[in-house]
Amino acid sequence: MTDNFIETRLRKRYSAEKRFKIYSVSALILALLILATLISSIAISSIPAFTQINIGIDIKMNDDQILQFEEDPENVSWRSLQKKSFYSMFPDVETRKDKKELNKLLSTGAYIEIKKFYLDNPNKLSDNNIIYVPASDDVDLLIKDIIDRDLPQDMRTISDNQISYLDKLISNNRIKKTLSWRLFSNSDSREPELAGLKGGIVGTLLTMFVTLIISFPIGVLAAIYLEEIAPKNKFTDIIEVNINNLAAVPSIVYGLLGLAVFLNYMNMPRSAPLVGGIVLALMTLPVIIIATRAAMASIPPSIREAAYGVGASQMQVIVHHVFPLALPGILTGTIIGIARAAGETAPLLMIGMMAFIVDVPSKITDKATVLPAQIYMWANNPERSFEYLTSAAILILLVILIMMNLLAILLRKKYERRW
Amino acid sequence: MKDVGSMIPNQYKITTSNVNVDYGSKRALHDINLQIEEKEVTALIGPSGCGKSTFIRCLNRMNDLIEGCKVEGKIMIDDVDINSSDTDIVELRARIGMVFQKPNPFPKSIYDNVAYGPRIHGIAKSNEDLDNIVMKSLKRAGLWNEVEDRLDASGLSLSGGQQQRLCIARAIAVNPDILLMDEPCSALDPIATAVIEELINELKERYTIVIVTHSMQQAARLSEKTAYFHLGKMIEYDVTSNIFTNPKHEMTEAYISGRIG
Repeated sequence: MTDNFIETRLRKRYSAEKRFKIYSVSALILALLILATLISSIAISSIPAFTQINIGIDIKMNDDQILQFEEDPENVSWRSLQKKSFYSMFPDVETRKDKKELNKLLSTGAYIEIKKFYLDNPNKLSDNNIIYVPASDDVDLLIKDIIDRDLPQDMRTISDNQISYLDKLISNNRIKKTLSWRLFSNSDSREPELAGLKGGIVGTLLTMFVTLIISFPIGVLAAIYLEEIAPKNKFTDIIEVNINNLAAVPSIVYGLLGLAVFLNYMNMPRSAPLVGGIVLALMTLPVIIIATRAAMASIPPSIREAAYGVGASQMQVIVHHVFPLALPGILTGTIIGIARAAGETAPLLMIGMMAFIVDVPSKITDKATVLPAQIYMWANNPERSFEYLTSAAILILLVILIMMNLLAILLRKKYERRW
Repeated sequence: MKDVGSMIPNQYKITTSNVNVDYGSKRALHDINLQIEEKEVTALIGPSGCGKSTFIRCLNRMNDLIEGCKVEGKIMIDDVDINSSDTDIVELRARIGMVFQKPNPFPKSIYDNVAYGPRIHGIAKSNEDLDNIVMKSLKRAGLWNEVEDRLDASGLSLSGGQQQRLCIARAIAVNPDILLMDEPCSALDPIATAVIEELINELKERYTIVIVTHSMQQAARLSEKTAYFHLGKMIEYDVTSNIFTNPKHEMTEAYISGRIG
């Protein structure tokens, strides 16, 4: 009787444990599936953005142009050199309208590549050169089979004439697919085939630099005071509750604060990494304070006692023992806080960093934008190519964030101590 | 202060009078009056929670670190009241070494563990001086032969008993004249305990030692005087042999014969 009772209970308990295990494993699988879907859909739709179609133009400078180049490369009319050379590859295209259509196969920035070629290769001034220039975004999409050439003409952005020109270029072997390095070397542009992320990446780096410089020392010192020095009373309790609440304040509120205080009252420059960095530093401060306090609280009291026991002062206990031992945890918290700030757009919206800025910023007071802001703006652009560029930019941002988190994990692994 | 002390000679190293300790509203020690002689081992015994650790922590003001802990009464060490406001706690703690229940070496090298105290107090004048202090301290703690070829190894790589001797070496490196030991052997195996006990016997030639212990045998083996604490009161304080063979108080007798505790 009792044997039977024990056996049923045992069986019940085993099956309950099994069910519990199945629930948790399926939750994990579900989470991983969602993550995998998200990342793979972004990765797949970003693939077209990582290659670029280039059209080769046969170019030979005439003597006048060579003379002009030797005087000053700016004197050369690069646009007309490009047009004339390109038209001469299609002798049967005669009307103005057709020529215009033909020229639309090339990117509006194509002449810049020609100029760059001659600046890099001044010894080839009088040669017959084949110079590859970016194709326009429509050509790009057509060759990548994203625009369907079997559609009726009025349903696609590229005409039958243009397709026939392209076919001639393909049969003449003048189409070349390359990796789009310009994603990293160009800054933003209205033309998808010219748009790059350099401005956003540099802007993000400058902004994060300001954020780190401000939030790390202030956050760590504040945390040291609160954790090690401050007496425990009502006042410090209130401060603690407030800091925890600040960590949960919607980030746009910090943007409003930045707009009201830094731009309107203190007249700091608009759209500048300086202000963006300060605003994001304010947002990151509570995260760093909380992480630092947690890291210091996890240092066993026996280490403090040991240090006090040999006559260390409070400052020596903190500087020689508690802080160095807590540093891995502090760095982890800081990097994760900074990574979160690097992905923010809302606070920057209010201070004008969500803007179309073509120049790459070189100092923290220059006008700049950041990667997430650029992603948002690209997603809003009408050209179809920007759809793929947006995915590529998201992927690049994700890679940067994952690298920062990886760094945090490595630092923790390397300096972690066990007691 | 020193002059006054020398005019009224006091044969005791440590004298406490009417020491009361409160943790918040709870009184942990009641009116402790104790005289501890120089270069002797004084053992504090008693059941858990009787206040013996609290008392030993009063002697180097470690209780200051505990939020809400209040110490009243007079504690005279070398005729100086350590609770007075002009006592420098840092200097006090350098004069009174402490060894804790659980070995707690710093997560640094063996050398740095011992050198830490002399460094922060500026005791060593040169690097060779510091090397000497480290060597002497480790020798006195009976650890030198085991670690002389690996001073750069982490203090945490040592065994429990070695770690505790490293902590003793760290405590004596700053040249204290009193050593407080708060159950130094409770986390150690019998062999390591025997080594530490032997060490304590050697150390008492130089230092005044106050030791808290759970083991009555240890108190009997090591100490000259023994104080029995119970529920925050000092019940009896006498020469160790008297406490163990001829206790005056029935509670002491009950404890040493194993009826309470």
